[in-house]
Amino acid sequence: MMWVEEIETLPRSGLESIQLKRLQILVHRVYEKVAPYRAKMDAVGVKPEDIRSLADLRHLPYTSKDDLRDNYPFGLFATPMNDVIRVHASSGTTGKPTVVGYTRADINLWSSVMARCLAMAGVTKDDMVHNAYGYGLFTGGLGAHYGIEALGAAVVPVSGGNSKRQVTIMRDFGSTVLLSTPSYALNLADAMADAGISTEELKLRVGVHGAEPWSENMREEVERKLGFKAVDIYGLSEIIGPGVAMECLHAQDGLHILEDHFLPEIIDPETLEPLPHGMTGELVFTTLTKEAFPLIRFRTKDISRLIFEPCACGRTLVRMEKIKGRTDDMLIIRGVNVFPSQVEHVLMGIDGVEPHYQIEVTRDGSLDVMSVLVEVSENIFSDEIKALERLSRKIQAEIKDMLGVTCKVKLVEPRSIRRSVGKAQRVIDHRKI
Amino acid sequence: MRVEQIAVFLENKSGRLAEITSILAENGINIRALSVADTADFGILRLIVDKVDLAKEVLRAGGFTVGKTNVVAVEVPDRSGGLAGVLKVAHEVGLNVEYMYAFVNKSGADAVLIFRFDEMDKAIAVLQERGFALLTGQQICGL
Repeated sequence: MMWVEEIETLPRSGLESIQLKRLQILVHRVYEKVAPYRAKMDAVGVKPEDIRSLADLRHLPYTSKDDLRDNYPFGLFATPMNDVIRVHASSGTTGKPTVVGYTRADINLWSSVMARCLAMAGVTKDDMVHNAYGYGLFTGGLGAHYGIEALGAAVVPVSGGNSKRQVTIMRDFGSTVLLSTPSYALNLADAMADAGISTEELKLRVGVHGAEPWSENMREEVERKLGFKAVDIYGLSEIIGPGVAMECLHAQDGLHILEDHFLPEIIDPETLEPLPHGMTGELVFTTLTKEAFPLIRFRTKDISRLIFEPCACGRTLVRMEKIKGRTDDMLIIRGVNVFPSQVEHVLMGIDGVEPHYQIEVTRDGSLDVMSVLVEVSENIFSDEIKALERLSRKIQAEIKDMLGVTCKVKLVEPRSIRRSVGKAQRVIDHRKI
Repeated sequence: MRVEQIAVFLENKSGRLAEITSILAENGINIRALSVADTADFGILRLIVDKVDLAKEVLRAGGFTVGKTNVVAVEVPDRSGGLAGVLKVAHEVGLNVEYMYAFVNKSGADAVLIFRFDEMDKAIAVLQERGFALLTGQQICGL
C-alpha cells in the first residue's frame, strides 16, 4: 500500500533533517545558476550560507507568477537547455503562458511522487487506470500517465472528450480506477446514464480527482453517481504538476503533502508573514529536489491550512485541507486556469470594444459554462444582426485561441454591467464549489 | 433620397421596448415605421421617426446604444406585385437586401417599403432610373 513507507512514516525530526539538507543544496544551486534569484536574494541581503535551519526559509524572497512571466519562457531554468527533456505550460495572468521544464531526473521524480499519490488512493499494479486528464501542454495527462506506469498499473491514456466512447472503454476494459477532474467525472456519470450503463456494469473502485476546486457536496455526488470512493489530488504545474499532495483513501481527510520534495508554508497574503501552524492562509511551496525548474517560496494563491497531527492511515506527512479558494481572481473552467485579465486582454485587442465586461460562470449539468458579457457601445453597434453576430463569434474565437476554452459571448446594453466604485466585479461565479 | 433610420440595441429582457416607446412619447416623437430583428440573445429595433436627432439624443440619454443609418423608402401601389416589382429589379442588377420592412400609408392606396441594400448609392440610382417613387424622410412623416 505504502509506496515509500520509510519516508512517509518518518518521525517529523527525521523528515525535517532531510528537508533542511535538501533546502540548503537547493538554495546554493539556485543562487549560483539562476540570475534572477541571485538578484532577488542579493537585494534583501541573504546568502545561501544564511539558511541554517528550516526557520531561516522566511528570509528568502517569494516567487510569484509575475516572476515567471518576467522571465518567460526559460529564464528561471537552473540547468542548461540540453538537459531539459520535457516542457509543459499553463496559463499565465496575461498573454504569456507559464512554462515549466523537466530534466530526466525531474521526470523520474514526478513519476515517483505521482505513483506515491496513487498508492495513497489504494492503486496497485493490478489496476487498470482510465486516465481522462487532458494530454498535451497541460501537466495533468502526462503527469498522471508516468505515475501510473511507474506504479506498474496499466494506463488507458484516453485523455479528455468523447464521453460516450470513454464510458464504453471503461466498461469493456474493466477499468478499476478513474482519473479526471471532478466535473468531468460527473459528465461521465451523465454519459453512463444516457447510454443506459449502470455502475454495476463497471469495475470502478476509486476515482482520483483534482485540477479544480471541489466541495464535499460534489464529492458525495461523484461517489453516489459513480458508485466508488473519490479522493482529492493536488498539484500545480509550477511545482511539478499532479503529485504534490494527495488524500488517502483510508481517511479521506486532508491531502498528504509529499514534503520530502515539496516544502509547504502558510502565509498571510496581505502581510506576507508566515502564519503559525494550523492557521488558514495562502499556500507557498519550495521545490526541494527539482533540477530544471526549481522554485523557492512560490506563492500558489490557493487558500488552505496545514494539519500536523498524524493521519489515521499512519503517514506522518503533513496534510493540507481541501483548497478553500483563491487569493486572486483565477477561475478554473473545465480544468483550465482562466484569469479575467486574459479575457480583458482579448477584448481590448478588438477594435471598438470597451473595457466593460463581466464573466459569468455557471454549471450546466456537470459542465462549466463561461459566458462573457460585453457591452455594446456605439463603436461596435450595427443595425444589422449579422454584423453583431460576426463580432460575437470573433470574440469567442479569440478567447478560445488565448485560453483554450469555448465561452458564450453575450452582447448586453451599455451600463447594464454594474459599475462598482472600487475594483470592478469581473466575475460572477454561480457554481457551488 | 435617403431616409434616416435609427437603430437601437436591445437585450432580450422584458420591458425594454416599452421603455423606448415611452421615452419617445414623453418627447413628442412620432414613430412612422418600425421593425424588430431578434436573435436568441439580443434584438435590434429599427425606427423611422419624425424627429431623428431628438430621438437619438433622448434614447442615448436614456442609456441605450443608438445608431443612425440610411435606408431607402420606396412607395408602391398597395396591390399584388408591388414588392415583387422592386425585388425583381434588385435581383437583376445584383443588389442584396440586408433587411426590409413595410407599412401601408393612411390613405390605404400605397405601401411604403423600407430597404437597406448592400450598395445604397447603386440602389438609389437604379430604382430612380426605373421610375420607382422614392420618398424622403420628410415625406414619410407627412404621410
